Amino acid sequence: MSIKMWTYIMVGLTFSIYLTIAWLSRVKDTKGFYVAGGGVPPIANGLATAADWMSAASFISMAGLISFMGYSGAIYLMGWTGGYVLLALLLAPYLRKFGKFTVPDFVGDRYYSNTARVVALCCAIFASLTYVAGQMRGVGIVFSRFLEVDVNTGVVIGMIIVFFYAGLGGMKGITWTQVAQYCVLILAFLIPAVAISLKITGNPIPQLGFGGMITEGSDAGQWLLTTLDALNKDLGFAEYTQAFGPGSKSMLDVACITLALMVGTAGLPHVIVRFYTVPTVKAARVSAGYALLFIAILYTTAPAVSAFARYNMINSLNNVAYAEAPTWFTNWEKTALIAWMDKNNDGIIQYRAGTSMIGKPALAAGQTGPVGQPVYTNQLAPGANELYVDNDIMVLANPEIANLPAWVIALVAAGGLAAALSTASGLLLVIASSISHDLYYRIINRKASEQRRLTIGRIMIGVAVIVAGYFGINPPGFVAQVVALAFGLAASSFFPVLILGIFTTRTNREGAIAGMICGIGFTMLYIVQTKFMGMGNWFLGISPEGIGVVGMLINFLVTVAVSSFTPPPPAEIQELVESVRTPRGAGAAVDH
Amino acid sequence: MDHKAMRIEYWKKNVRLMAVLLTIWAVVSYGCGILFVEVLNTIRLGGFPLGFWFAQQGSIYTFVILIFVYVYLMGKMDRKYDVHE
Repeated sequence: MSIKMWTYIMVGLTFSIYLTIAWLSRVKDTKGFYVAGGGVPPIANGLATAADWMSAASFISMAGLISFMGYSGAIYLMGWTGGYVLLALLLAPYLRKFGKFTVPDFVGDRYYSNTARVVALCCAIFASLTYVAGQMRGVGIVFSRFLEVDVNTGVVIGMIIVFFYAGLGGMKGITWTQVAQYCVLILAFLIPAVAISLKITGNPIPQLGFGGMITEGSDAGQWLLTTLDALNKDLGFAEYTQAFGPGSKSMLDVACITLALMVGTAGLPHVIVRFYTVPTVKAARVSAGYALLFIAILYTTAPAVSAFARYNMINSLNNVAYAEAPTWFTNWEKTALIAWMDKNNDGIIQYRAGTSMIGKPALAAGQTGPVGQPVYTNQLAPGANELYVDNDIMVLANPEIANLPAWVIALVAAGGLAAALSTASGLLLVIASSISHDLYYRIINRKASEQRRLTIGRIMIGVAVIVAGYFGINPPGFVAQVVALAFGLAASSFFPVLILGIFTTRTNREGAIAGMICGIGFTMLYIVQTKFMGMGNWFLGISPEGIGVVGMLINFLVTVAVSSFTPPPPAEIQELVESVRTPRGAGAAVDH
Repeated sequence: MDHKAMRIEYWKKNVRLMAVLLTIWAVVSYGCGILFVEVLNTIRLGGFPLGFWFAQQGSIYTFVILIFVYVYLMGKMDRKYDVHE
């Protein structure tokens, strides 16, 4: 059977599982809609959090990015896992004890202010929208390659599916669908990784394999990483395992990006809200542990996949005649995610450091070059490199590169979709609940009936899906980059006011509002300047991905300073903070 | 010890435990993975330069262990101070 047939079968099968689950867990009350009824067992919550968390960026883009970045890829690995330690120790148990539906709920009640609630709400919507755009793009990419539809059509198919199960089941539907999606995505990630590890190093455990020796070919008997270091150096890249070498990030930048991703993880509303769905404080702690365990399975495999993919790519493409290029290469050429421009007209693919062409490859329709290669309308970039490779193809093309059977390739497509859709649904719920619960119910109409609030929640999911789809079709940057920005925004807005709200009784309304505005204001300004207005990284050379750390520090300083010049919070708020610190007495999550 | 004093002591011990665990968190990730990565890379763990291994593998294993240690110790402390659910 062809790859395409297998893909239809795998995608059809997994989607019908999700839709069945969504139908079985459809909800009729707001408690089910916002916090899944509050009785999700910790291990199921851990699985759901892991799926919610691991996005198209983790599944599709991350290994590819690490593959090109080598050591510096650690920013994603440590950043996106280390935040769970902060979450488990500093936030999850206390927010669960507090027992409300959403993060703006906590901010609004702890800081006894609807202004604070609205600021938090805007931050939540903004961070979630930035993030969800990347997910929809991921869905489009997977569909376009494997179902051979247009990227935009792929995005629309994804929109319809997500709308169906998020709208129907709310948090309850999402939670149980995500449990299934975790199983699909982890299998899809592990099967090719194990196969490739076996093939290259003879070790079935990828985590050990990429520190092992190559078993066949001209490099047999060499350490894989040592070989990669040498290959990278020969082609003009920084050595794979070397830190802070020429062309890679500085120590300060690596530290800032890692911290921004960690703190952003701990401040992302769609992750925090998951801890409201478990029954007790203890269950909140345990489920943070399970979540990280399940995430770590993928996150420790990814760097192995990166090393294997890098080795395979260089070996099978560099200095190979185009006529003898492997079929996966010609398959992926059609998507313009990989492209070759024969600068020296020798018919041989030369891969070197540097860029090959200006901008993204644009195919000139119907034309072929002297050796049958597609022709691009792009201008050539200076330098010897002839190969354009999009990071996103490393995971998706990996099974083809390793000649794995068609059903594995189809499974990877289903896994990529599971990763993108599970995260998208979690984010859409945050956006919908921010508007229908925090804005409409808490601020505009306190007397709204249960039925009316549910309807508004569902309409808001529809609106959010359309906005997310728009950004998916007109993406502001490539997948992982866009996601990284959402973290900066979450780090600079929520994290400080949540931490100070739990660990000090003195932080007050005025401080929190000023802090959030200054933190997110600075971060957004810097990102817009550096990403969209062409300015350099003017603050100590920190990349826009890491600037959230500076925004966070500004937020902390402003919050503490303003709090100390203004009156302390009322006595009942101080008591509330004291009570949040002990587990006993955590009732079900309530919405008043 | 009265109720209020117990609560205060419980919170103090909780904060102390967090401080210890977060110190380990910072030393393993920022210390071994970033600050001293070049020194550690001169040591090899099989095919891995050690600093590189901490940055891409070891730190993640440590994070998982830290959370489960916290869950276990806090569970014990909750019962000792009679604040468990």
